[in-house]
Amino acid sequence: MNELAPLPTRKAEAFRYTDIDALAGVWPIAREEILVPSGQRTSLDIVEQDEAAVARHLVIELEAGAAFDLRILNAGNAFGRIAVDVRLGEGADFTLGAAQLGRGTQTLEIVTEVHHDAPNAVSRQTVRSVLAGQAVGTYLGKVAVARGCNGTDAEQSVRAMLLDRTATANAKPELEIYADDVKCAHGCAVGELDATGLFYLESRGLTPPEAKRLMLQAFIAEAFAGAQAEESLREAALKRLEGLVCG
Amino acid sequence: MLEIDNLQATVADKPILKGLSLSINAGEVHAIMGPNGAGKSTLGYTLGGRPGYTVTGGSVTFAGQDLLALAPHERAAAGFFLGFQYPVEIPGVSNVQFLREAANAQRKARGEEPLSGGEFLKLAREKAALLRMDMEMLKRPVNVGFSGGEKKRAEMVQMGILDPKFAVLDETDSGLDIDALRIVGDGINAIMRKPDKAVLLITHYQRLLDYVKPDFVHVLAGGRIVRTGGPELALELEEQGYEAVA
Repeated sequence: MNELAPLPTRKAEAFRYTDIDALAGVWPIAREEILVPSGQRTSLDIVEQDEAAVARHLVIELEAGAAFDLRILNAGNAFGRIAVDVRLGEGADFTLGAAQLGRGTQTLEIVTEVHHDAPNAVSRQTVRSVLAGQAVGTYLGKVAVARGCNGTDAEQSVRAMLLDRTATANAKPELEIYADDVKCAHGCAVGELDATGLFYLESRGLTPPEAKRLMLQAFIAEAFAGAQAEESLREAALKRLEGLVCG
Repeated sequence: MLEIDNLQATVADKPILKGLSLSINAGEVHAIMGPNGAGKSTLGYTLGGRPGYTVTGGSVTFAGQDLLALAPHERAAAGFFLGFQYPVEIPGVSNVQFLREAANAQRKARGEEPLSGGEFLKLAREKAALLRMDMEMLKRPVNVGFSGGEKKRAEMVQMGILDPKFAVLDETDSGLDIDALRIVGDGINAIMRKPDKAVLLITHYQRLLDYVKPDFVHVLAGGRIVRTGGPELALELEEQGYEAVA
């Protein structure tokens, strides 16, 4: 446990963009340990959409051949931080699909460390952030491939959409590779909704908020694609998006 | 139905429309032809309300309303449709979802009941068949991966579903092969050739006008209508070029 751990400062890389005042209110963060035994598959959906500040720290270990599917909707009304440390055994399979939907002065962050500690493991991370007002959305993601872990397949796809010029997106996909025969891909983009696309949708009768919401639904869809509870995650995200586009 | 009076518009501060006047009555099909850079597409976008196209003078009255005072979605709900020269791709949004939401947004704005899923699909199937478009294509994301001709047919399926009073079709014939041109022409006639509707075709070529026969042909040059005539004017243009005619 972290009970005696001092409150970090923003000098610590994993807390570089955090909201220290909000963090102080929920510190220390309890470690939630999850072990997926060899050959088993399991999944977890985290939906944060309440008023209170939230900080969680998941520590997940996948034994050989285990699979874990983690989906996150980080859309609370205050501070929301979800840190995930994953260790992958041989041939293990880890999926993270996350959407962060923020407005006002919210700070939302997802901080991951994925350790490929054995060969032939797969990790796929998809993070989509939609940020309005003065919201800050952060993804810090490190993938570490240990020596000799050939056959590793790691992917990070990180995209953020800013609805207002006052919103901020931080993204740092990071790779640390000590093996030769690996496939590691990362892509990262921050942008605004396509004005031509919005006009096209509006010219067919959608109001400006409806047009934005429709494009944003499509933008975040990948985060929940293939999840067991895909439908309910999308519905929950849709409700938050409707709030975001109406200002 | 549509009354354009002395319309002036700029794009990035550059004057493009310089006092364009045009009157279109219900039941009529008008065609606007003209050289590149004459302001044809600017006219379409200005009527549609695209951001960046600034009206600096004149007026446009549509079915008794000041069209220029309406936002793009309000123009659509009032019965105005703009067929795009380059239909926009919207990744991740299916045609079916988009068009159902658009149709129901228009109905809501007019105080009508929304279409149920079943009613909408029936309507979509009927209009897709009219344009000989596979329903499967309507389940795919809007215009993504569509060929030039498929995009133009999809535009006409949209027009069929949304059932406007008035349509400006900006080079709907470009990018179409001969068969597709006939299908699109027949589609325009089936959807829009009605006593209570009207169409403004923007085109470079006479060939679309073989299928959708215009009542009036106008030549647009330098941001103004410089000549107006009947269908024979299009033939004359095709033969002699803009410089000789306008």
